[in-house]
Amino acid sequence: MKLTHIIAGAVAAFGAATAALADPAIIYDLGGKFDKSFNEAAFNGATKWAEETGGSFDDFEMQNEAQREQALRRFAARGSNPIVVTGFAFGDALASVAAEFPDTNFAIIDMVVDQPNVRSVVFNEHEGSYLVGMMAAMASKSGTVGFVGGMDIPLISKFACGYVQGAKAANADVNVLQNMTGSDPSAWNDPVKGGEITKAQVDQGADVVYHAAGGTGRGVLQAAADAGILGIGVDSNQNHLFPGSVLTSMLKRVDVAVYNAFTDGTSDNFETGFNILGLKEGGVGYALDENNESLVSAEMLDAVNAAAEKIKSGELAVHDYTSDSACPVM
Amino acid sequence: MNVLPKWVDIILIPLINLLLALIVAGIVVIFIGENPVEAMRLLIVGALGSSYGIGFTLFYATSFVFTGLAVAVAFHASLFNIGGEGQAGIAGLGVAIVALNLDHTHWLLVFPLAIIAAALFGAAWAAIPAYLQAKRGSHIVITTIMFNYIASALLIYLLVNQLKVEGAMAPETRRFAEGAHLPFMHEMMGWIGLSMTKTPMNISFIWALMCCVGVWLLIWRTRLGYEIRAFGQSEPAARYAGISPTKIIMIAMLISGALAGMMALNVVVGGFSQKLVNDPIQGAGFVGIAVALMGRSHPVGVLLAAILFGVLYQGGAELAFEMPSISREMILVIQALVILFTGALENMVRGPVTRLFLSLRRGAI
Repeated sequence: MKLTHIIAGAVAAFGAATAALADPAIIYDLGGKFDKSFNEAAFNGATKWAEETGGSFDDFEMQNEAQREQALRRFAARGSNPIVVTGFAFGDALASVAAEFPDTNFAIIDMVVDQPNVRSVVFNEHEGSYLVGMMAAMASKSGTVGFVGGMDIPLISKFACGYVQGAKAANADVNVLQNMTGSDPSAWNDPVKGGEITKAQVDQGADVVYHAAGGTGRGVLQAAADAGILGIGVDSNQNHLFPGSVLTSMLKRVDVAVYNAFTDGTSDNFETGFNILGLKEGGVGYALDENNESLVSAEMLDAVNAAAEKIKSGELAVHDYTSDSACPVM
Repeated sequence: MNVLPKWVDIILIPLINLLLALIVAGIVVIFIGENPVEAMRLLIVGALGSSYGIGFTLFYATSFVFTGLAVAVAFHASLFNIGGEGQAGIAGLGVAIVALNLDHTHWLLVFPLAIIAAALFGAAWAAIPAYLQAKRGSHIVITTIMFNYIASALLIYLLVNQLKVEGAMAPETRRFAEGAHLPFMHEMMGWIGLSMTKTPMNISFIWALMCCVGVWLLIWRTRLGYEIRAFGQSEPAARYAGISPTKIIMIAMLISGALAGMMALNVVVGGFSQKLVNDPIQGAGFVGIAVALMGRSHPVGVLLAAILFGVLYQGGAELAFEMPSISREMILVIQALVILFTGALENMVRGPVTRLFLSLRRGAI
C-alpha cells in the first residue's frame, strides 16, 4: 500500500516532488516502440543517451487514446523530467498537462505546443528532401522520378514539395510523379499498396522513387529493387535494406531530437519554445554509407554539398509547404 | 437440468475461472523473469488502490458496460451482434455533430441531445444488418462484422474530408468548447464536497448504471422483454405463440445498436480527448462480447465483468509503468487469458464443479 500512497500523494501534490526524481521519460505513439521508423528512432536516441551517460529513462507504449493524458500526467506526477512525446497526436494532451505541471520540462516532436515549459521540435524535412531530390534527378536516366507519400497530410506535402524543388534545381526538365498512398492512418503501414504505386510509377518511366510513407515505404523500396530502379529511403538510414538499390535516405534525426532533449533536460539546460532542426542543425540530411557509395557519383556529391552549404548559409531558401499550404513548383 | 445452486453458477464458477486465468498469467510472468505476486499486486493496487486508479478503471468500465449490454440484449434474442465497434463508431459521429454545433451552450443541453444522437446513430447502423437478417436471412454475424469495416471507412472519410481542422495533420475534429464537456466525476464529487483525483471518469458512468437497470426492467419485467427471451429460446415456439420474428429481430437489434452507441458518449464528450478522433472505440465493441459472455447476459453480471475488464485495462497500464519488462503485448496476453478462461473454457470448470456438488449432495442424503 505504500506505493499507492506515494502515487496518490504525488498526484495530489504535483510539482512539489518534481525535483526528487529526475529520470527522463518518453512516451511512444500508438505505432509502438519498435515500428522500424519514427518511434524506434526516438527509442534509439533515448538508448544512446542512456548508454553514454549511464543514466536510465522510463518509457511507455500507448494502448489507447485515453492513455495520452494519463501517461503524460503519470510521468509528470512521478517526477520524470524531461518528458518527451513523439508525434503530432499528442498536441492537445500535452497542452493541458504542461499547464498543470509548470516545473516539468516537456518536448514534443513534429508539433508545436505553445506553453512556456514545452520544447516543440520540428524538422525542416523540405531541406533534406531538396537534397535527395537533386540526387534523384541526377541519378535518373529517363528524366522521370517518383514520390510516394504515406497519408495525405500537409507534413507529407512538405516532403514532396522540397523533393520537387530539388529535382527541378538539378534538372529543370525533370518530370516528377507524385502519389499518396491514402488519406487515413492505414496509409502508413500498407507496403503492398506502396509497392503497387511504385510499379505504376515505374510503368510511367520513373527510375528513382522517393518515399515518405513510414512502413508503407518498405514496399516502395522492395518494388524499386525488384524493378531494377533506385529507391530513396526516409527518416532512418534505409540504405542497408536493399543494398545497391537504395540511392540514399533522407535522414530525419528524431533520435537526435530525443537525445538532445534528454541531455539538456538532465543538465538543467533545457531551452523551451521552437526548436527547428534543419540542415544547419544536423536535424536532416542524406545518408552515405558503404551500401550506396557506388551509386552516388562525385558529381552528385559536389552538387548536393554545394546546395547544402547554400541552404545552411541562408543563401538558398527551400520553400516550406506548410508555411502557406502551397508549393510553387507543383 | 441445472443442479447447481445459483450462487455457484453466478459467483463460484467465474471466480474459479478468473483464478485459473491469473495462475496461467502468473506463469507467463515468471517466464519473462518477473515476480508474479508483485505483478499482481501492482495490477490490483494500480486499478483499485487509489481514487486515481478507480477513476480510470470505471472510465474504461463505463464503455464496456454499454457495449456489454448491447451484446447481452441481442443475445437474449439469440442474435450475435458483433457490430458494437461500428455502431459505437457511427454513434461517435452523431455525438460529435451535436457537440460541434452546441458546444457554445451548456452540457445540460448537450448531454440529453448527445444521448439521443448516440442512440439514433447506433441504432441506425444496427438496423441494416437487422433488416437483412429479418427479411433476407443474411446471417447477422457476417453482416454486423462487415458493417464494422464500413463504419470505420465512413468515419475516416468524413474525418479527413469534412470534419478535419484545416491544415492539421491528424484526422480528427477540433476540440469541443467547454459547453460540450460532460462533468467529470471529480467535478461532481466536488459539488458534494468530496475530493477525488482528476480522472476521465464522467457522468456517463451514472448513465451506464441507469442503462443496466433499464435493460433489466426491459428483459425481465416487460412484455417485449418476454417476447425477446421467448424468441431467443425457441423461434418456432415464439412464432406459434404469435410473436413476429421480424419485429423481435428488428427491435432487439435497434436496442442493441443504441446501447452500443451510448459508449461513444464516454469517449467523445466524456473523457479527456473531447474531440472525435480516428477509431475512437479502440476495441471496446469487441470487449463487450467478452463482457456479455462473462456476465451471462445479465445486467449485474455485465456490470461486474465490465469492471473486471476496467481493472485489467487500468491495472495493465500501471503494470507497464512500474515493470518496464512487461510490454503492452504482455498485458494483452493477460487480458486474453482471462477471456479464454472465463468465456471459452467455462465448461471446463463447470463439469468438475457439478460432479463435486452431485457427490456432496449424495453424501448428504
